[in-house]
This record gives sequence, structure tokens and C-alpha cells, in this order.
Amino acid sequence: MPWLSILMGVPVLGALAVAAVPKGNDRLAKQLTLAVSLVVLALTLAMAFQFDPAGPRDQFAEVYRWIPAFGVHYAVGVDGIALVLIALAVVLVPIVVLASWHDADRPDARRSVKTYFSLILVLEAMMIGVFAATDVFLFYVFFEAMLIPMYFMIGSYGGAQRSYAAVKFLLYSLFGGLLMLVAVIALYSMAGKNTFLFPELIGVIKDPTAQKWLFLGFFIAFAVKAPLWPFHTWLPDAAAQAPAGAAVLLVGVLDKVGTYGMLRFCLELFPDAAKFFTPLVITLSVIGIVYGAIVAIGQTDMKRLIAYTSISHFGFITMGVFAMTADAGAGATLYMVNHGFSTGALFLLAGFLIHRRGSHHISDYGGVQKVAPVLAGTFLVAGLSSLSLPGLSTFVSEFLVLIGTFERYAVPSIIALSGMVLAAVYILWMYQRMMTGPTAESVKALPDLNVREKIVIAPLVALLIGFGFFPKPLLDVINPAVKQTLTSVNVTPFAPAVPATAEKKGAGQ
Amino acid sequence: MEPAEIVQHSGGVIGASWLMIALPLLGAAILLLTGRRSDRAGHLLGVAMSLASFVVAVLVFFELIGLGADSRRRVVELYDFLPSGSLDVKMGLLLDPLSISFALLITGVGSLIHIYSIGYMAHDPNRRRFFAYLNLFVAAMLLLVLADNYLGLYIGWEGVGLASYLLIGFWQHKPSAAVAAKKAFIVNRVGDMGLALGIFVIFTTFGTISYAGTLPLAGNASTGTLTLISLALLLGACGKSAQVPLQSWLLDAMEGPTPVSALIHAATMVTAGVYLVVRSGAFFEGAPTAQLVVTIVGVVTLLAGAIIGTAKDDIKKALAGSTMSQIGYMMLAAGLGPAGYAVAIAHLIAHGFFKASMFLGAGSVMHAMNDEVNMRRYGGLASVMKITWITFGLGYLAIIGFPLLSGYWTKDGIIEAAMEHNQILGWLAVLGAGITGFYMSRLFFMTFHGRRRWEEGVHPHESPAVMTWPLIILSIGSVFGGAFLILGNRMFEFLAPAVGRPEEAPTVHAISTIGLVTLAVVAVGAVYAWLRYGRAAVPEVAPRGSFLTTFARRDLYGDALNEALFMRPGQWLTRIAVFFDNRGIDGLVNGLAAAIGGTSGRLRRVQTGFVRSYALSIFFGAALLVGAWFVVGNL
Amino acid sequence: MTTHYLVLSALLFAIGGIGVLVRRNAIVVFMCVELMLNACNLAFVAFARQHGNLQGQIIAFFVMVVAAAEVVVGLAIIVTIFRTRRSASVDDANLLKY
Repeated sequence: MPWLSILMGVPVLGALAVAAVPKGNDRLAKQLTLAVSLVVLALTLAMAFQFDPAGPRDQFAEVYRWIPAFGVHYAVGVDGIALVLIALAVVLVPIVVLASWHDADRPDARRSVKTYFSLILVLEAMMIGVFAATDVFLFYVFFEAMLIPMYFMIGSYGGAQRSYAAVKFLLYSLFGGLLMLVAVIALYSMAGKNTFLFPELIGVIKDPTAQKWLFLGFFIAFAVKAPLWPFHTWLPDAAAQAPAGAAVLLVGVLDKVGTYGMLRFCLELFPDAAKFFTPLVITLSVIGIVYGAIVAIGQTDMKRLIAYTSISHFGFITMGVFAMTADAGAGATLYMVNHGFSTGALFLLAGFLIHRRGSHHISDYGGVQKVAPVLAGTFLVAGLSSLSLPGLSTFVSEFLVLIGTFERYAVPSIIALSGMVLAAVYILWMYQRMMTGPTAESVKALPDLNVREKIVIAPLVALLIGFGFFPKPLLDVINPAVKQTLTSVNVTPFAPAVPATAEKKGAGQ
Repeated sequence: MEPAEIVQHSGGVIGASWLMIALPLLGAAILLLTGRRSDRAGHLLGVAMSLASFVVAVLVFFELIGLGADSRRRVVELYDFLPSGSLDVKMGLLLDPLSISFALLITGVGSLIHIYSIGYMAHDPNRRRFFAYLNLFVAAMLLLVLADNYLGLYIGWEGVGLASYLLIGFWQHKPSAAVAAKKAFIVNRVGDMGLALGIFVIFTTFGTISYAGTLPLAGNASTGTLTLISLALLLGACGKSAQVPLQSWLLDAMEGPTPVSALIHAATMVTAGVYLVVRSGAFFEGAPTAQLVVTIVGVVTLLAGAIIGTAKDDIKKALAGSTMSQIGYMMLAAGLGPAGYAVAIAHLIAHGFFKASMFLGAGSVMHAMNDEVNMRRYGGLASVMKITWITFGLGYLAIIGFPLLSGYWTKDGIIEAAMEHNQILGWLAVLGAGITGFYMSRLFFMTFHGRRRWEEGVHPHESPAVMTWPLIILSIGSVFGGAFLILGNRMFEFLAPAVGRPEEAPTVHAISTIGLVTLAVVAVGAVYAWLRYGRAAVPEVAPRGSFLTTFARRDLYGDALNEALFMRPGQWLTRIAVFFDNRGIDGLVNGLAAAIGGTSGRLRRVQTGFVRSYALSIFFGAALLVGAWFVVGNL
Repeated sequence: MTTHYLVLSALLFAIGGIGVLVRRNAIVVFMCVELMLNACNLAFVAFARQHGNLQGQIIAFFVMVVAAAEVVVGLAIIVTIFRTRRSASVDDANLLKY
């Protein structure tokens, strides 16, 4: 059964159907979108249960010739890493759809309501495609095509500065994407195998100089996407101007393509170059962790604040990817998933608040806890997940990244530890300013979460807590894939200084 | 002697010991999820869960006692928590004398405080939420002490931090409470960094982070590594236990409801640092430098806390200073190695009783005085609140080390052990005992004796039975607990399988030279306090006081120091970073965009609209091409 | 022999080119363009004659067709401009600019 093609086909057909809904029947369009996204979720779960972690690398693989003259294939397949990221995307989409129920109804939106929802479905298909692609060219096509629906979602339904934000987002991404295109073509011609199929390109480029240049081409594209410091300034603008749902998909899933690409393409295709550039990348990551957190502390706009926290978190992910240890790699992959849930919850709750009060500014709130305890409580849980409180899934990933990095690079890991303290500062200070203290006059009548909003938040909180205490199901899927990646990179595995099997000193004396 | 070996265990009550954690956790979950629907009976559920956990702890304790002394370290495997590349953490519980002592203290004193809170929080609209947080705290604290690996400890460690955050900020509408809660969490996070770092080094050294896989092998690691591990763990301990230099949060934490101060910020959570040091004893014993640092931290804190306690007029803050100081004693003892572990834990348990009793007593007083905390507005309460007066008085006598009461045995044990180890430490500890005698007497006399200095319209009355019974039970513990634990080396023998034992067991004297000297010093402090605050009239408004008084009132300028060293530079850094991000990086990006835009603006002027100028440029273009062709053609 | 034709062709082309550059009247500019095209035609035909094949002749026909098409479109535009502007000067039709 061509699982992955079906997974992409269903949302595309759904998008067409939603677009065909007659004008003025927005409710039907929304319900249809929700139904389609739930079907995709169900299909993905059905597929995931057939996934064999111990099995071959690319499962559910499909390979068809697409442009034979250039050896371009429509080739899809998933390993553990891709599977969990696809799962992240398809879990988030129905949640986002339900959360954005009224986001596109705004009078200043430039396009119709049904367009917004069909764009979400198109985006979903592309998100699945980009993680499933096992052909470098196909990956590139999805990588760039994803920009289109997101551009319209920001530009047509966003806040006051949406045009600026959308164009900035597009130009930044295109800049990176074009560098990647050059690298893709160069990779194709230098490999000389007349194919873009990823598995056949592993280990083909041997020349160190060529590896370095190609690595840079890919890496800069991914670093812009992720975003890694100092390529990050588009994210706060885009995330702050996008409607909350789009911001969730943007930061939660789209940006993960960057870190996913680093793990998959940069590391495996150009292992020597990756090792060469590791000190640089780790330095940038650590700067990003600390810098993002410090700038987040200074924000007055809650969506911008959340965006900057993400920059800090992406620093952790890239650090974990380039630490090249099994623990850090698994941690980084897990981090991508958990960060999607955690930041997703934060953005959605911020969206609910903004929808109620009509302001992004932290200072316009105060004492919300008293009038809307459920809203404040879930906001606190989401915030705590952002500061990686143990017992929530984000902690597991952050801990793995830090301990895995520590195995090889102790100093960066220790500096990154300070991100823990800074995270506590930005989250709790925001919470203090918005939720505690005397209730501000303007929020006295703020309603608590309604049933729809509770349904939106409940699964995210459940996932955060559930995987916080029992991350094994995810790790079992991720571990073999990460191990496989590290095998391609050929790094020496970690060994403790005092192995447990060693004789006890002084025993028997 | 080395500690006993850790063995796997299944079945029996010990096998079901996870219920200890699960029950209060379930209670917290139910109370939080059902919302207002469980407002009416929520507190009862909270108490029931805590009591049930206590019952399990008692049963486990007796089953453990039933095993031979050398097989009292049992691990109960729960599940595979974190299987990763080289890190593979299996979550399990370690039941040994050390952990069960803590579990009994936490669930026992915890249950009493739960019961007390029924009365104390009776009029609070959010009482259900309060009990949910208390239950959450009990669960997290039990995980902290029962986990069989450092990651489990870390989860509990931050879990209690969360509970502490939620409970300090329980009255969120007060900005001071919200700020105090945040401060506590952040300062604790600084300590947690240390703990995390310690775990990292442990992992890279031993390849695992379970106690069973690391502690017995500690001798294999180099002294440098062990020192690094120990100091990192100590940083964590300092944060959680409010030891210098991370002490500043504890005094502010008194913003929370009084039962919270009693349970979390006196009896249990703040002692977690001592637990960590004792539990990781194998690392510390291999790192004499780290042990020295532990004792220094302990002594500095015990003096700092005592000095702060002398100047506070807020009854809870005075008690908080005292808590700091007493934990300083425990830390000092824990830094002495196996010779001090037992007495540290004994003092910890005794302190759990008498300090909880006094905090709850203070709560009872506040309850009677319309939530007044200023002791200068108390006075003469002995006659109107008999039970509170007696129970508080017993706690007071216990803490200053009145002969034969708890503190007498345990604190003297610490002072003697310290004296044997290092004379300077010992004498400083004696000095601390003297100051304790002074500030506790001051607190006691100002509150219960002397002239009535009440605000108008305050009519104090004794608290209801649901509040006084816990006081009575706790004061019984504070009277006899110390003697029970110390006489016959009971605590020492009991803990030996878990923490090891030194070459020779300490001898217990009912009367010793050092004990007599200590008593004399304490008496001087107490009498001086009586002269100033018992016999003489206490002014209702605090006098300006000397330089030293101001020094103590301002918490030894700890907050000022933090503000000058971290907060202000931090604010500047934040501002600079935001400015740099907006003007620097984003400025560069936008500047590039503007430059491209500007250039195009200039260039498009070429497009004049006059056909002839276009024709001219075509002509030149053609001429250029032809010329180029000629040049190239000639080459 | 061919040289004379080519010189004539070049002269005609130059006259046409200068006319396009310096004249303002759209009709005259237009005529000058035609002159340049026909200068090319002359060169084509001369070369065809020299090489003794028909390719140049055929191209000349193509050019004529292009010229005819140009006349149709160009004159129509000029007439329209003249109607709206009351002028046939190319400098008056300068709206299509920056």
C-alpha cells in the first residue's frame, strides 16, 4: 500500500474540495478541513503502527521515475526520524485547524476563509512530502514549495505588519533555498551517477574541498530555515505577524525542516565537512541559545517573546545534531517533536489571549489567573514545558542533548546549561506580568477557555506530560535511525572514563 | 565500612512502594482536573492521599526492618524510562534506611500539615488547589528521596521546586508573592545547573547514573573528577537548601501560606540538599577539598542565618533565618563524612518536628492576629493561646538545645563531631548555638510574653482543634525525637547499611565538656534576650538600630549583592542584546534591503520614456558588440 | 562588384540609423526604420548574388513580411497617439517611464 502517497494525496484532494465549497458556507469548509486532517492523522497512526524500528532504513518506500533525463525520482520513504516528524505535523494540523476556527474570519483578512483552510491542507501535504522525500531534488521542490502557502497565510491573514513579515520570510528563505539549489545541482553533477536518490549519494563526494562547499550550500539554507543565529531575525517578525495557527505550523513544523535537513543531508552526505565545521556550528548554536534567551527576556510582545525562545531552543537542537553522539542525536530529534508541542501550545494560548483582549503586549495583561484560571493554568504548563521542567517531555530531550553534547564537548554544554536559568527567567517573568498580581481593568471580563479551546489544548498538554514520563515509544523509533545516521558519519561512540565492568579498586584487600 | 550492596527486590510491600508516590500524585491530578467540582471535599481527598502514603511508608519501613541489617538496600525496578544511545535510565526506587527515614518524615509531618491546613485554609476560596499543590509536593519530594538514580532525583528535585513555586505564589494576586515565587524558582535553577552538571560528569565518568552503578565504583575515579562532581552537586544542594551563596530566596519564600513554610521551607524540601550530600557520600569522601567546602558553606550559613534571625521582626522571616541556620548545621555535619551523616540526619528529622511545630504555631498566632506577622504587634499571647504557647515553647526549647530535648542531643552531636574534626568549625558552631539561643528567645518572648501590643480590633483566640492537634503531635516529636534517635546510637546503626560507618562509632554523652560550654553560651544568649525583650518593654516601631542591626535586617546585603552583581548587569545586557538584535542584526538585514531598494531607485531613472535615448543606447550596445567582435576576432 | 552594393547598403543603413536617432516626427522615424530594413535587404540580395544561391533572397522576403507587419502595427499606434495627443512627435509619447 503506497502509504506516503496516500498521506499526501488526501490533504491535496481535501484542499481542492475545501476550495470548491460554495461561497458563504465557511462553516462547512472548516468542518471539512478538520475532517480531512483527522483522516490524515488516523492514516498516519495506522502507518506508524506498521513501522518496524528494527527494520530497513526507508520503510513504506516508493520510487517512480519523474524526470528520467536528469535522474529525478519521485521517491519517498521514512525512517524513524522522518516518521516522528511526520507524526508531529499531522498531530498539529487538526489542532491548529480547530484553534484557528475564527482566525480567518477577521474583517481585514485579504482572502476568503475557505482559502485559509485549504492552504493549511496544502501545507500539510507538503510537510509530509518534505520529510518523506528520499530524492534530493524532490526534497528541494517541497522545501521551496512550502513557502508558498505559508507566504499567503502570513501575508493575507496576519497582523498589522503582515506584508513586511511575509516578504521578509519569503526573501530570507529563498536566499537560502537558492544556495541549496546550486549545491543540489553541483552534487548531482559531481556525483556523476545521474541520480538524485539520496541513498545512492551517501559517501559519493570524497574530495574534502568539494564537500565543504556543498556542505555550506545546504547548511546555510537549513540554518536560515531553522533558524540559527545570526540568520534568525525573520522568525520573530513572521511568527508575531502570522495568525496563531500559522505561527504554530511555521515554528513547530516548517522550521524543523532546517534541523532535519542538517541531520539528514549535511551530516550524511558530507561527513568530513560536517566534522570540519562542527566547532563553528556548535559555537553558533551556543550563541543562539544564550542570545535568544536574553533577547526573549527583553521582549514586550508575547508572540515575539515566544519566537525568541524558539531561537534559543533551535540552538539546542543544532548543538545536539552536531555533537554527533547517539544521545545528543536522539535528544535533538526528540527535541524537534517536543518543541513542536510545547511552542505550539504557547502560541495557541497566546493566540487565545490576543483574540480575547486584542493586544500582543504583555503589559496590557495582568492578573489573568484570577478571571481565567484554566487559561492561566494551561499557559503555565506550556511555559513550564518551554523551560524544560522535568516531568514534561521537553525536559527529556533537553537533558539528552546536553548530556550527549557533554560527552564530547563539555564547555559548550556547560554554557548551554545557563539557558536553563534564562529560560526560567523569561517564562516566569512573562507569567508573572500577565497572569499574577491585581487583575488589570481591561481583562476583568476576560472569559476562560471555552470547550473548543479546551479540546485544542488538552491533547498537547497530555502529550507533553505523557512523553515526559514515558518517552520510550518515541525513543525506540528514533534510536535506530540516529544510530544509522551516525554510522554513515563514522564517529567513535562514547565510552565512559570508568567503565562499570572495571574491577573495583582496592577490592579484596 | 562500606555501605551494604544494593539488591533487586520484588514483591511484598516494598515491591508496592511506588504507591507512596502514586497516591499523592493521583490526588493532585484529580484535584486539578476536576476543578471547582471537587471544591467541597477536595481537602479531604488531599489529606487521605497523604495519610495513605504515610501508611505505605510505615509498612515498607517495618518490612525493611524485618530484613537483616546488611540486606536493607533494596531496589524496586519500575520501568525503562529513558533508553537512548549510551544513556539508558531505568526508573526504580531505592528503599534503604536513608530513603525510608526521609519518606517517613515527609509523609508523617506532611500529613500533619495537611490536616492543619484544613483549618488554616478554611476560608480560602482556592483551598482545593492548595491541597492539590501540597499533594504534588509530597509526590515530588518522595520521588526525590526514593529514586534509585540521579535522573529520578533530578526530576523530583525540580518537581519540588515547581510545587514550591506554586505554593509560594499561591496568593498570586499579591505581587510580592508572585515575585517571591519567581525568585525562588530562578535561584533554585542556578543550583539545578550545578546538579545537572554533576550528573553529566557522573555519566561521562561511569557511563550510568544509577546509584548502584556509580557510588560503589567511586573509588575508581580520580580525585579531580570526584571533586568536580562533589562541588557541582554542592551547588545544587546550596540552591535547594538555601545555603550561602544561594540563600536569598528562602526569606522571600515566606510570602506563601504558613503551612507551606512549615512543610516545604522548614521540614522537608530545604533539607533535600543534605540528603543529596549524604546520598552522594561516596563522591564526597573521595574529595577532601569538596568536603571542606561543604563544611565551610555549612558554618557560614549557620552563622548568616542566625544573624539574620536576630534582627527580623516578621515572625516567619525570623523562623526562616533559623531554618537556614539549622540546615547549615546539617550541612556542616554532612561535610564531615560518615562520622557526621547519622547526626546530620538525626538533626534533620528532629528539626523537621520542632521547626514544623513552631511554624505551625506561628501560623496559629497569625490566624489569631488577623494575619499580622510583625512581632512588635504581638506580646502577651501566652494567656490567650495556651496550647499554641505550650507547643511553641517546647519547640523553642528543643531548638535552643534545652537539656534532654531533641535539639540538645542532635545539635550537640554535630558540635562535638565538628570539634573533633576541626576546632575552628566547632567553636563557630558553638557561637551559632549562642546566637540561636538569643534570637529564638527574642522571638518567643516578643510573641508570647511582655506587654500586649496588639493592633486595635484584634481579638486573639485559640485555633480550632484541627489545627492544634498537629501542633501537639509535632511537639511530642520535638521533645523526645532527639533522644530516641541519638541514644544508643540508634540512628547511626540504622543508617550504617546505607551510608557506611566510620572506624569507630561515636560515643554518646549525656553530659560533656563541650555540651556544658554550649549550654552556657546558649544560656547567655537566652538571658540577654529575656533582658531586652522579656523584661524590658518592646517598642512597637522598630528602632533604627546600629549598623550591625541594619546589616542583619537587610539579610546581610545578600539581595543588594545579587542585585548589583546579577540583576542590574543582566538588565543592561538584555537591553543591549535587544538593541543589538533590532538595530545590529536586523538593521544589517534591513539595511541591505534598503541599499538594494535605493540602488534600484537610482537605476530606474535611466528609463526616461524618450524613444530616442533608448535608440541611442541600442546603438551604443550594437557598436560595443561589433567592436568586441572585432577585438576578439583579431585575437 | 559586390562591394559597391555593400557600400550603398551601409550608406542607406547609416542614413536610416541617424534618422531614427535625430528625428522627432514618428512618421519620419518610422520611415527611417524601413530604410534600415531595406538596406539590409540590399545586402542580403547582393550576397545571394555573390554566392549564387537563394538563401539571401528568401531572407529578404522574410524581412519584407516583417516590415509589412510592422507598418500595420506601427502606423496604427502612431495614428492612435496622434488622435490622443494631437502630435506625431515621439518625445510627446513619454509616459512609459520610471
